[in-house]
Amino acid sequence: MSNEIISFFNTFLSTSQSEAMATFVGIFFLINFVIIIVAFMTLLERRLLGRLQNRIGPNRTGPNGLLQPFADVIKLLTKEDIVIPAADRWPFNIAPLLALMPALSVWIVIPFAPTWILADLDIGILFVIAITGVSVIGVFMSGWASANKFALLGSMRSVASIISYEVPMILAIIAVVLLVGSMSMQQIVLFQSIPLVLVQPASFVIFLLAIVAELNRSPFDIVEAESEIIAGYHTEYTGMKFATFFLAEYTAALAWSAVVVTLFLSGWRIPFVQADIHPFIDGLVFLIKTIFVFCIFVWFRGTWPRLRIDQILGFSWKVLFPIATLNLVITAIEVLVFNDVFAVAEGETLPTIALVAMGLINIAIFIVVGIALNKFIKPIDQEPQSYPVTREGMTL
Amino acid sequence: MESVTGAIAFWILAVAIIGCAVLVLTVPNIFHSALFLVGCLGGIAGIYILLNADFLAAVQILIYIGAVAVMLIFGIMLTQDVVKSNVSNHYRIPALGLSGAFLVILLTAIFGTNWQTQSPSTEASTGSIADALFSNYILPFELSSVVLLTAIIGAIVIAKER
Repeated sequence: MSNEIISFFNTFLSTSQSEAMATFVGIFFLINFVIIIVAFMTLLERRLLGRLQNRIGPNRTGPNGLLQPFADVIKLLTKEDIVIPAADRWPFNIAPLLALMPALSVWIVIPFAPTWILADLDIGILFVIAITGVSVIGVFMSGWASANKFALLGSMRSVASIISYEVPMILAIIAVVLLVGSMSMQQIVLFQSIPLVLVQPASFVIFLLAIVAELNRSPFDIVEAESEIIAGYHTEYTGMKFATFFLAEYTAALAWSAVVVTLFLSGWRIPFVQADIHPFIDGLVFLIKTIFVFCIFVWFRGTWPRLRIDQILGFSWKVLFPIATLNLVITAIEVLVFNDVFAVAEGETLPTIALVAMGLINIAIFIVVGIALNKFIKPIDQEPQSYPVTREGMTL
Repeated sequence: MESVTGAIAFWILAVAIIGCAVLVLTVPNIFHSALFLVGCLGGIAGIYILLNADFLAAVQILIYIGAVAVMLIFGIMLTQDVVKSNVSNHYRIPALGLSGAFLVILLTAIFGTNWQTQSPSTEASTGSIADALFSNYILPFELSSVVLLTAIIGAIVIAKER
Protein backbone atom coordinates (compact mmCIF):
# COMPACT_ATOMS: atom_id res chain seq x y z
CA MET A 1 0.00 0.00 0.00
CA SER A 2 2.83 2.37 0.88
CA ASN A 3 4.24 2.04 -2.65
CA GLU A 4 0.94 3.15 -4.15
CA ILE A 5 0.84 6.20 -1.88
CA ILE A 6 4.46 7.04 -2.74
CA SER A 7 3.75 6.81 -6.48
CA PHE A 8 0.68 9.02 -6.02
CA PHE A 9 2.76 11.74 -4.37
CA ASN A 10 5.54 11.24 -6.90
CA THR A 11 3.36 12.86 -9.56
CA PHE A 12 3.96 16.28 -8.02
CA LEU A 13 6.78 15.86 -5.44
CA SER A 14 10.35 14.58 -5.40
CA THR A 15 11.08 11.02 -4.23
CA SER A 16 12.24 11.81 -0.70
CA GLN A 17 9.40 14.29 -0.22
CA SER A 18 6.79 11.81 -1.36
CA GLU A 19 8.21 9.16 0.96
CA ALA A 20 7.88 11.59 3.85
CA MET A 21 4.33 12.45 2.77
CA ALA A 22 3.44 8.76 2.48
CA THR A 23 4.66 8.20 6.05
CA PHE A 24 2.61 11.17 7.22
CA VAL A 25 -0.53 9.86 5.50
CA GLY A 26 0.15 6.41 6.93
CA ILE A 27 0.40 7.78 10.48
CA PHE A 28 -2.78 9.81 9.99
CA PHE A 29 -4.81 6.82 8.79
CA LEU A 30 -3.33 4.51 11.41
CA ILE A 31 -4.12 6.79 14.36
CA ASN A 32 -7.67 7.44 13.20
CA PHE A 33 -8.29 3.80 12.42
CA VAL A 34 -6.97 2.69 15.80
CA ILE A 35 -8.95 5.27 17.74
CA ILE A 36 -12.22 4.39 15.99
CA ILE A 37 -11.64 0.68 16.63
CA VAL A 38 -10.84 1.48 20.27
CA ALA A 39 -14.09 3.45 20.60
CA PHE A 40 -16.03 0.39 19.51
CA MET A 41 -13.92 -1.82 21.79
CA THR A 42 -15.21 0.12 24.81
CA LEU A 43 -18.73 -0.68 23.67
CA LEU A 44 -17.82 -4.33 23.04
CA GLU A 45 -16.36 -4.58 26.54
CA ARG A 46 -19.46 -3.09 28.17
CA ARG A 47 -21.84 -5.30 26.21
CA LEU A 48 -19.78 -8.44 26.78
CA LEU A 49 -19.28 -7.68 30.47
CA GLY A 50 -23.01 -7.12 30.72
CA ARG A 51 -23.67 -10.55 29.25
CA LEU A 52 -21.10 -12.15 31.59
CA GLN A 53 -22.84 -10.53 34.55
CA ASN A 54 -26.28 -11.65 33.34
CA ARG A 55 -27.53 -8.24 32.23
CA ILE A 56 -27.90 -6.57 28.84
CA GLY A 57 -25.49 -3.63 28.83
CA PRO A 58 -25.88 -0.35 26.93
CA ASN A 59 -28.23 -0.95 23.99
CA ARG A 60 -30.29 2.26 23.79
CA THR A 61 -28.12 4.65 21.73
CA GLY A 62 -28.52 3.73 18.09
CA PRO A 63 -29.05 0.20 16.77
CA ASN A 64 -27.84 -2.25 19.44
CA GLY A 65 -26.14 0.64 21.23
CA LEU A 66 -23.69 1.13 18.37
CA LEU A 67 -23.68 4.92 18.79
CA GLN A 68 -22.85 4.71 22.51
CA PRO A 69 -19.11 5.53 22.04
CA PHE A 70 -19.99 8.74 20.19
CA ALA A 71 -22.45 9.76 22.89
CA ASP A 72 -19.74 9.15 25.48
CA VAL A 73 -17.25 11.28 23.58
CA ILE A 74 -19.70 14.17 23.20
CA LYS A 75 -20.51 13.96 26.91
CA LEU A 76 -16.85 14.03 27.90
CA LEU A 77 -16.00 16.85 25.49
CA THR A 78 -18.69 19.13 26.88
CA LYS A 79 -17.80 18.56 30.53
CA GLU A 80 -16.04 21.25 32.51
CA ASP A 81 -12.26 21.01 32.58
CA ILE A 82 -11.35 21.34 36.26
CA VAL A 83 -7.78 21.99 37.34
CA ILE A 84 -7.69 21.98 41.13
CA PRO A 85 -5.77 24.93 42.64
CA ALA A 86 -3.35 22.68 44.55
CA ALA A 87 -2.39 20.83 41.37
CA ASP A 88 1.08 21.06 39.92
CA ARG A 89 -0.15 22.60 36.70
CA TRP A 90 2.34 21.55 34.02
CA PRO A 91 2.74 17.88 34.98
CA PHE A 92 -1.03 17.72 35.57
CA ASN A 93 -1.74 18.80 31.98
CA ILE A 94 1.02 16.84 30.24
CA ALA A 95 0.37 13.53 32.03
CA PRO A 96 -2.64 12.38 29.92
CA LEU A 97 -0.69 12.94 26.70
CA LEU A 98 2.32 11.09 28.05
CA ALA A 99 0.03 8.19 28.91
CA LEU A 100 -1.52 8.11 25.42
CA MET A 101 1.66 8.55 23.36
CA PRO A 102 3.24 5.11 24.03
CA ALA A 103 -0.03 3.27 23.43
CA LEU A 104 -0.33 4.87 19.98
CA SER A 105 3.38 4.46 19.18
CA VAL A 106 3.17 0.67 19.52
CA TRP A 107 1.07 0.55 16.34
CA ILE A 108 4.04 1.76 14.29
CA VAL A 109 5.61 -1.71 14.34
CA ILE A 110 2.43 -3.83 14.19
CA PRO A 111 2.19 -5.72 10.87
CA PHE A 112 -1.40 -5.76 9.56
CA ALA A 113 -0.46 -7.54 6.34
CA PRO A 114 2.76 -8.43 4.47
CA THR A 115 3.14 -4.86 3.19
CA TRP A 116 0.93 -3.00 5.66
CA ILE A 117 3.35 -1.96 8.34
CA LEU A 118 4.38 1.60 9.05
CA ALA A 119 7.98 0.76 9.92
CA ASP A 120 9.35 -2.77 10.02
CA LEU A 121 11.99 -1.89 12.58
CA ASP A 122 14.81 -4.33 13.11
CA ILE A 123 14.24 -3.99 16.86
CA GLY A 124 10.41 -4.30 16.60
CA ILE A 125 9.48 -6.05 19.84
CA LEU A 126 12.21 -4.25 21.82
CA PHE A 127 10.71 -0.97 20.62
CA VAL A 128 7.32 -2.07 21.95
CA ILE A 129 8.74 -2.90 25.39
CA ALA A 130 10.79 0.30 25.55
CA ILE A 131 8.06 2.68 24.46
CA THR A 132 5.36 1.21 26.71
CA GLY A 133 7.71 1.66 29.66
CA VAL A 134 7.35 5.42 29.19
CA SER A 135 3.64 5.36 30.07
CA VAL A 136 4.63 4.79 33.72
CA ILE A 137 5.99 8.34 33.78
CA GLY A 138 2.56 9.65 32.76
CA VAL A 139 0.88 7.72 35.56
CA PHE A 140 3.47 9.04 37.99
CA MET A 141 3.06 12.65 36.89
CA SER A 142 -0.72 12.52 37.22
CA GLY A 143 -0.53 10.89 40.64
CA TRP A 144 1.95 13.46 41.85
CA ALA A 145 0.42 16.54 40.31
CA SER A 146 -3.10 15.82 41.57
CA ALA A 147 -2.11 16.71 45.16
CA ASN A 148 -4.33 13.87 46.31
CA LYS A 149 -3.18 10.93 48.41
CA PHE A 150 -5.43 8.46 46.61
CA ALA A 151 -3.98 9.49 43.28
CA LEU A 152 -0.47 9.14 44.71
CA LEU A 153 -1.29 5.71 46.15
CA GLY A 154 -2.70 4.64 42.80
CA SER A 155 0.43 5.59 40.90
CA MET A 156 2.69 3.93 43.49
CA ARG A 157 0.71 0.70 43.17
CA SER A 158 0.91 0.93 39.39
CA VAL A 159 4.68 1.12 39.42
CA ALA A 160 5.05 -1.71 41.93
CA SER A 161 3.00 -4.07 39.78
CA ILE A 162 4.45 -2.95 36.44
CA ILE A 163 8.05 -3.38 37.62
CA SER A 164 7.27 -6.88 38.91
CA TYR A 165 5.46 -8.10 35.82
CA GLU A 166 7.90 -6.64 33.31
CA VAL A 167 10.46 -9.28 34.33
CA PRO A 168 8.46 -12.44 33.45
CA MET A 169 7.00 -10.66 30.40
CA ILE A 170 10.41 -9.89 28.94
CA LEU A 171 11.68 -13.40 29.75
CA ALA A 172 8.69 -14.83 27.84
CA ILE A 173 9.42 -12.55 24.88
CA ILE A 174 13.12 -13.51 24.90
CA ALA A 175 12.12 -17.18 24.50
CA VAL A 176 10.16 -16.26 21.35
CA VAL A 177 12.95 -14.05 19.97
CA LEU A 178 15.47 -16.81 20.61
CA LEU A 179 13.35 -19.23 18.61
CA VAL A 180 12.66 -16.85 15.73
CA GLY A 181 16.15 -15.37 15.63
CA SER A 182 14.88 -11.84 14.97
CA MET A 183 13.17 -9.03 16.87
CA SER A 184 11.43 -7.67 13.77
CA MET A 185 7.65 -8.08 14.09
CA GLN A 186 7.27 -8.98 10.41
CA GLN A 187 9.98 -11.64 10.68
CA ILE A 188 8.24 -13.13 13.72
CA VAL A 189 5.01 -13.43 11.73
CA LEU A 190 6.76 -14.90 8.70
CA PHE A 191 8.46 -17.48 10.94
CA GLN A 192 5.17 -18.87 12.23
CA SER A 193 4.29 -21.67 9.84
CA ILE A 194 2.36 -22.92 12.87
CA PRO A 195 1.21 -20.43 15.53
CA LEU A 196 3.83 -20.06 18.26
CA VAL A 197 1.20 -20.55 20.94
CA LEU A 198 1.46 -24.26 20.12
CA VAL A 199 5.27 -24.20 20.20
CA GLN A 200 5.64 -21.97 23.27
CA PRO A 201 2.56 -22.52 25.46
CA ALA A 202 4.31 -21.43 28.67
CA SER A 203 5.53 -18.18 27.10
CA PHE A 204 2.02 -17.45 25.86
CA VAL A 205 0.39 -17.91 29.26
CA ILE A 206 3.07 -15.89 31.08
CA PHE A 207 2.93 -13.12 28.50
CA LEU A 208 -0.87 -12.93 28.59
CA LEU A 209 -0.98 -12.70 32.40
CA ALA A 210 1.89 -10.22 32.50
CA ILE A 211 0.23 -7.84 30.06
CA VAL A 212 -3.05 -7.98 31.97
CA ALA A 213 -1.01 -6.76 34.96
CA GLU A 214 0.85 -4.25 32.79
CA LEU A 215 -2.47 -2.86 31.57
CA ASN A 216 -3.78 -2.62 35.14
CA ARG A 217 -6.87 -4.54 34.15
CA SER A 218 -8.91 -6.82 36.35
CA PRO A 219 -7.93 -8.96 38.29
CA PHE A 220 -4.76 -6.87 38.66
CA ASP A 221 -6.56 -3.51 38.74
CA ILE A 222 -5.42 -2.39 42.18
CA VAL A 223 -4.25 0.83 40.55
CA GLU A 224 -7.77 2.11 40.20
CA ALA A 225 -9.58 -0.09 42.68
CA GLU A 226 -12.79 1.91 43.10
CA SER A 227 -13.64 0.42 46.47
CA GLU A 228 -10.23 1.29 47.93
CA ILE A 229 -8.75 4.41 46.36
CA ILE A 230 -11.60 6.05 44.40
CA ALA A 231 -10.20 6.01 40.85
CA GLY A 232 -6.46 5.91 41.44
CA TYR A 233 -4.23 8.26 39.52
CA HIS A 234 -6.99 9.90 37.47
CA THR A 235 -9.20 10.79 40.42
CA GLU A 236 -8.82 14.55 39.88
CA TYR A 237 -9.19 14.54 36.10
CA THR A 238 -12.35 15.63 34.32
CA GLY A 239 -13.60 16.12 30.80
CA MET A 240 -11.28 15.51 27.91
CA LYS A 241 -8.22 14.91 30.10
CA PHE A 242 -9.99 12.02 31.78
CA ALA A 243 -11.10 10.83 28.34
CA THR A 244 -7.46 10.83 27.22
CA PHE A 245 -6.52 8.54 30.11
CA PHE A 246 -9.46 6.30 29.28
CA LEU A 247 -8.46 6.26 25.61
CA ALA A 248 -4.84 5.49 26.54
CA GLU A 249 -5.95 2.54 28.63
CA TYR A 250 -8.05 0.98 25.88
CA THR A 251 -5.58 1.80 23.11
CA ALA A 252 -2.89 0.06 25.15
CA ALA A 253 -5.18 -2.94 25.71
CA LEU A 254 -5.84 -3.24 21.97
CA ALA A 255 -2.16 -2.64 21.14
CA TRP A 256 -1.04 -5.40 23.48
CA SER A 257 -3.71 -7.68 21.99
CA ALA A 258 -2.16 -6.97 18.59
CA VAL A 259 1.28 -7.79 19.99
CA VAL A 260 -0.04 -11.10 21.39
CA VAL A 261 -1.47 -11.92 17.96
CA THR A 262 1.82 -11.04 16.27
CA LEU A 263 3.99 -13.01 18.67
CA PHE A 264 1.89 -16.07 19.35
CA LEU A 265 -1.13 -16.33 17.04
CA SER A 266 0.74 -16.02 13.71
CA GLY A 267 -0.27 -12.40 13.05
CA TRP A 268 -2.01 -11.80 9.71
CA ARG A 269 -1.53 -15.42 8.54
CA ILE A 270 -4.67 -17.46 8.11
CA PRO A 271 -4.38 -20.73 10.05
CA PHE A 272 -3.43 -23.74 7.88
CA VAL A 273 -3.31 -21.58 4.73
CA GLN A 274 0.29 -20.98 3.74
CA ALA A 275 -0.41 -18.89 0.66
CA ASP A 276 -0.50 -15.12 0.96
CA ILE A 277 -3.89 -13.84 -0.23
CA HIS A 278 -5.03 -10.23 -0.59
CA PRO A 279 -3.73 -7.68 2.03
CA PHE A 280 -7.32 -6.74 2.87
CA ILE A 281 -8.14 -10.31 3.88
CA ASP A 282 -4.90 -10.53 5.86
CA GLY A 283 -5.74 -7.27 7.65
CA LEU A 284 -9.23 -8.54 8.41
CA VAL A 285 -7.86 -11.81 9.81
CA PHE A 286 -5.44 -9.83 11.96
CA LEU A 287 -8.22 -7.62 13.27
CA ILE A 288 -10.46 -10.58 14.11
CA LYS A 289 -7.64 -12.26 16.03
CA THR A 290 -6.86 -9.03 17.88
CA ILE A 291 -10.47 -8.56 18.92
CA PHE A 292 -10.55 -12.19 20.03
CA VAL A 293 -7.57 -11.58 22.36
CA PHE A 294 -9.26 -8.42 23.63
CA CYS A 295 -12.33 -10.51 24.45
CA ILE A 296 -10.10 -12.77 26.56
CA PHE A 297 -9.23 -9.70 28.66
CA VAL A 298 -12.92 -8.92 29.07
CA TRP A 299 -13.54 -12.53 30.03
CA PHE A 300 -10.81 -12.30 32.70
CA ARG A 301 -12.42 -9.14 34.03
CA GLY A 302 -15.82 -10.75 34.22
CA THR A 303 -14.53 -13.91 35.91
CA TRP A 304 -11.90 -13.16 38.53
CA PRO A 305 -12.20 -10.97 41.61
CA ARG A 306 -9.56 -8.37 42.35
CA LEU A 307 -6.37 -9.61 44.02
CA ARG A 308 -4.56 -7.99 46.95
CA ILE A 309 -1.27 -6.26 46.19
CA ASP A 310 0.84 -8.81 48.10
CA GLN A 311 -0.87 -11.63 46.18
CA ILE A 312 -0.18 -9.85 42.90
CA LEU A 313 3.50 -9.25 43.60
CA GLY A 314 3.92 -12.73 45.10
CA PHE A 315 2.35 -14.34 42.03
CA SER A 316 4.78 -12.55 39.76
CA TRP A 317 7.96 -13.32 41.69
CA LYS A 318 7.15 -16.75 43.10
CA VAL A 319 5.21 -18.34 40.24
CA LEU A 320 5.63 -16.56 36.91
CA PHE A 321 9.30 -15.64 37.25
CA PRO A 322 10.60 -19.20 37.95
CA ILE A 323 8.42 -20.67 35.20
CA ALA A 324 9.59 -18.02 32.73
CA THR A 325 13.24 -18.70 33.59
CA LEU A 326 12.78 -22.46 33.25
CA ASN A 327 11.00 -21.94 29.93
CA LEU A 328 13.81 -19.74 28.65
CA VAL A 329 16.49 -22.30 29.53
CA ILE A 330 14.52 -25.14 27.94
CA THR A 331 13.93 -23.07 24.79
CA ALA A 332 17.61 -22.17 24.53
CA ILE A 333 18.63 -25.85 24.74
CA GLU A 334 15.94 -26.83 22.22
CA VAL A 335 17.00 -24.17 19.73
CA LEU A 336 20.62 -25.33 19.92
CA VAL A 337 19.76 -29.04 19.61
CA PHE A 338 17.16 -28.65 16.84
CA ASN A 339 19.39 -26.39 14.78
CA ASP A 340 22.02 -29.12 15.00
CA VAL A 341 19.68 -32.05 14.31
CA PHE A 342 17.96 -30.44 11.31
CA ALA A 343 21.28 -28.96 10.07
CA VAL A 344 19.87 -25.44 9.71
CA ALA A 345 22.30 -23.22 7.84
CA GLU A 346 23.17 -19.66 8.85
CA GLY A 347 20.32 -17.27 8.03
CA GLU A 348 17.73 -20.04 7.62
CA THR A 349 14.90 -20.89 9.98
CA LEU A 350 13.74 -24.18 11.42
CA PRO A 351 11.45 -26.33 9.23
CA THR A 352 7.82 -26.83 10.23
CA ILE A 353 8.38 -30.42 11.31
CA ALA A 354 10.98 -29.20 13.83
CA LEU A 355 8.47 -26.70 15.22
CA VAL A 356 5.86 -29.44 15.58
CA ALA A 357 8.31 -31.66 17.46
CA MET A 358 9.38 -28.76 19.66
CA GLY A 359 5.76 -27.91 20.33
CA LEU A 360 4.94 -31.48 21.41
CA ILE A 361 7.90 -31.49 23.82
CA ASN A 362 6.99 -28.09 25.24
CA ILE A 363 3.31 -28.92 25.69
CA ALA A 364 4.31 -32.13 27.52
CA ILE A 365 6.67 -30.18 29.81
CA PHE A 366 4.00 -27.51 30.32
CA ILE A 367 1.40 -30.09 31.41
CA VAL A 368 3.85 -31.91 33.70
CA VAL A 369 5.00 -28.66 35.34
CA GLY A 370 1.38 -27.54 35.68
CA ILE A 371 0.38 -30.77 37.45
CA ALA A 372 3.46 -30.59 39.67
CA LEU A 373 2.74 -26.99 40.63
CA ASN A 374 -0.86 -27.83 41.36
CA LYS A 375 0.18 -30.75 43.56
CA PHE A 376 3.17 -29.44 45.48
CA ILE A 377 2.68 -25.70 45.78
CA LYS A 378 -0.01 -24.44 48.11
CA PRO A 379 -1.94 -21.33 47.10
CA ILE A 380 -0.88 -18.09 48.75
CA ASP A 381 -3.58 -17.80 51.37
CA GLN A 382 -1.95 -16.40 54.48
CA GLU A 383 -2.77 -12.88 55.59
CA PRO A 384 -0.09 -10.23 55.08
CA GLN A 385 2.07 -9.94 58.19
CA SER A 386 1.78 -6.22 58.86
CA TYR A 387 -1.60 -4.76 58.10
CA PRO A 388 -2.68 -1.63 59.93
CA VAL A 389 -5.81 -2.34 61.99
CA THR A 390 -8.09 0.28 63.52
CA ARG A 391 -9.54 0.00 67.01
CA GLU A 392 -12.77 -1.42 65.66
CA GLY A 393 -10.80 -4.22 64.04
CA MET A 394 -11.10 -2.96 60.47
CA THR A 395 -8.14 -3.24 58.17
CA LEU A 396 -7.11 -0.04 56.45
CA MET B 1 23.51 13.29 8.90
CA GLU B 2 24.63 15.32 5.92
CA SER B 3 21.04 16.24 5.16
CA VAL B 4 19.58 19.53 6.32
CA THR B 5 16.73 17.87 8.22
CA GLY B 6 19.25 15.75 10.10
CA ALA B 7 21.21 18.82 11.10
CA ILE B 8 18.05 20.66 12.20
CA ALA B 9 16.94 17.65 14.24
CA PHE B 10 20.38 17.40 15.82
CA TRP B 11 20.43 21.05 16.91
CA ILE B 12 16.89 20.92 18.27
CA LEU B 13 17.79 17.81 20.26
CA ALA B 14 21.07 19.28 21.45
CA VAL B 15 19.43 22.47 22.70
CA ALA B 16 16.65 20.46 24.35
CA ILE B 17 19.10 18.11 26.07
CA ILE B 18 21.30 20.90 27.42
CA GLY B 19 18.26 22.98 28.41
CA CYS B 20 16.78 20.03 30.31
CA ALA B 21 20.13 19.30 31.94
CA VAL B 22 20.44 22.89 33.16
CA LEU B 23 16.86 22.85 34.44
CA VAL B 24 17.51 19.59 36.34
CA LEU B 25 19.98 21.54 38.45
CA THR B 26 18.17 24.86 38.74
CA VAL B 27 14.48 24.12 39.38
CA PRO B 28 13.65 24.22 43.11
CA ASN B 29 11.18 21.29 43.06
CA ILE B 30 13.03 17.95 43.08
CA PHE B 31 10.15 16.17 41.33
CA HIS B 32 10.38 18.65 38.47
CA SER B 33 14.12 18.06 38.19
CA ALA B 34 13.46 14.32 37.91
CA LEU B 35 11.01 15.02 35.06
CA PHE B 36 13.57 17.20 33.28
CA LEU B 37 16.08 14.39 33.70
CA VAL B 38 13.61 12.15 31.83
CA GLY B 39 13.50 14.75 29.05
CA CYS B 40 17.28 14.89 28.92
CA LEU B 41 17.62 11.10 28.69
CA GLY B 42 14.90 10.96 26.02
CA GLY B 43 16.77 13.53 23.96
CA ILE B 44 19.89 11.37 24.09
CA ALA B 45 17.80 8.49 22.75
CA GLY B 46 16.81 10.83 19.91
CA ILE B 47 20.50 11.45 19.13
CA TYR B 48 21.02 7.67 18.94
CA ILE B 49 18.13 7.41 16.46
CA LEU B 50 19.75 10.13 14.31
CA LEU B 51 22.93 8.05 14.31
CA ASN B 52 20.98 4.96 13.14
CA ALA B 53 21.78 3.18 16.42
CA ASP B 54 18.22 1.91 16.87
CA PHE B 55 19.13 -0.80 19.38
CA LEU B 56 20.97 1.67 21.61
CA ALA B 57 18.06 4.12 21.42
CA ALA B 58 15.53 1.48 22.50
CA VAL B 59 17.79 0.30 25.33
CA GLN B 60 18.36 3.91 26.41
CA ILE B 61 14.60 4.45 26.72
CA LEU B 62 14.02 1.04 28.32
CA ILE B 63 16.72 1.31 30.96
CA TYR B 64 17.17 5.01 31.64
CA ILE B 65 13.57 6.21 31.33
CA GLY B 66 11.67 3.00 32.02
CA ALA B 67 13.80 1.84 34.94
CA VAL B 68 16.30 4.36 36.36
CA ALA B 69 14.13 7.48 36.16
CA VAL B 70 11.08 5.58 37.41
CA MET B 71 12.97 4.28 40.44
CA LEU B 72 14.23 7.81 41.07
CA ILE B 73 10.71 9.25 41.02
CA PHE B 74 9.49 6.34 43.15
CA GLY B 75 12.13 7.25 45.73
CA ILE B 76 11.13 10.92 45.65
CA MET B 77 7.47 10.04 46.18
CA LEU B 78 8.24 7.79 49.13
CA THR B 79 10.15 10.62 50.83
CA GLN B 80 7.61 13.37 50.39
CA ASP B 81 9.19 15.71 52.94
CA VAL B 82 12.14 16.20 50.63
CA VAL B 83 9.99 18.32 48.34
CA LYS B 84 8.66 20.65 51.00
CA SER B 85 12.00 21.28 52.67
CA ASN B 86 15.04 22.93 51.13
CA VAL B 87 17.00 20.36 49.17
CA SER B 88 20.38 22.10 49.33
CA ASN B 89 22.90 20.94 51.91
CA HIS B 90 26.41 21.66 53.19
CA TYR B 91 28.28 19.62 50.61
CA ARG B 92 28.58 22.37 48.02
CA ILE B 93 32.37 22.68 48.00
CA PRO B 94 33.12 18.91 47.94
CA ALA B 95 30.49 18.52 45.20
CA LEU B 96 32.09 21.32 43.19
CA GLY B 97 35.51 19.67 43.53
CA LEU B 98 34.20 16.24 42.55
CA SER B 99 32.23 17.47 39.52
CA GLY B 100 35.15 19.68 38.48
CA ALA B 101 37.50 16.68 38.54
CA PHE B 102 34.98 14.70 36.49
CA LEU B 103 34.71 17.56 33.99
CA VAL B 104 38.51 17.61 33.59
CA ILE B 105 38.53 13.84 32.93
CA LEU B 106 35.73 14.20 30.36
CA LEU B 107 37.42 17.12 28.61
CA THR B 108 40.76 15.30 28.34
CA ALA B 109 38.90 12.30 26.91
CA ILE B 110 36.97 14.47 24.43
CA PHE B 111 40.02 16.37 23.20
CA GLY B 112 42.27 13.30 23.29
CA THR B 113 40.01 11.24 21.03
CA ASN B 114 40.59 11.19 17.30
CA TRP B 115 36.98 11.68 16.13
CA GLN B 116 36.04 10.05 12.85
CA THR B 117 33.66 12.05 10.71
CA GLN B 118 31.99 9.39 8.61
CA SER B 119 28.26 9.08 8.08
CA PRO B 120 26.62 6.38 10.22
CA SER B 121 26.08 3.03 8.56
CA THR B 122 22.51 2.21 7.64
CA GLU B 123 22.90 -1.45 8.55
CA ALA B 124 21.04 -2.95 11.49
CA SER B 125 23.21 -2.55 14.57
CA THR B 126 21.68 -5.24 16.80
CA GLY B 127 23.63 -8.16 15.37
CA SER B 128 27.00 -6.40 15.43
CA ILE B 129 26.42 -5.24 19.03
CA ALA B 130 25.59 -8.82 20.03
CA ASP B 131 28.69 -10.16 18.26
CA ALA B 132 30.93 -7.62 19.98
CA LEU B 133 29.29 -8.14 23.37
CA PHE B 134 29.59 -11.93 23.37
CA SER B 135 33.09 -12.20 21.89
CA ASN B 136 35.52 -9.32 22.56
CA TYR B 137 33.71 -7.83 25.55
CA ILE B 138 32.47 -11.03 27.20
CA LEU B 139 34.45 -10.38 30.41
CA PRO B 140 33.01 -6.88 31.12
CA PHE B 141 29.58 -8.21 30.20
CA GLU B 142 29.79 -11.06 32.70
CA LEU B 143 31.36 -8.80 35.33
CA SER B 144 28.51 -6.30 35.05
CA SER B 145 25.97 -9.08 35.58
CA VAL B 146 27.88 -10.16 38.70
CA VAL B 147 27.79 -6.55 39.95
CA LEU B 148 24.03 -6.39 39.35
CA LEU B 149 23.53 -9.70 41.15
CA THR B 150 25.52 -8.37 44.10
CA ALA B 151 23.32 -5.26 44.17
CA ILE B 152 20.15 -7.37 44.19
CA ILE B 153 21.40 -9.61 47.00
CA GLY B 154 22.56 -6.54 48.92
CA ALA B 155 19.13 -4.93 48.57
CA ILE B 156 17.44 -8.08 49.87
CA VAL B 157 19.80 -8.27 52.85
CA ILE B 158 19.23 -4.61 53.73
CA ALA B 159 15.45 -4.84 53.32
CA LYS B 160 15.12 -8.07 55.29
CA GLU B 161 13.39 -7.72 58.64
CA ARG B 162 15.61 -8.46 61.60
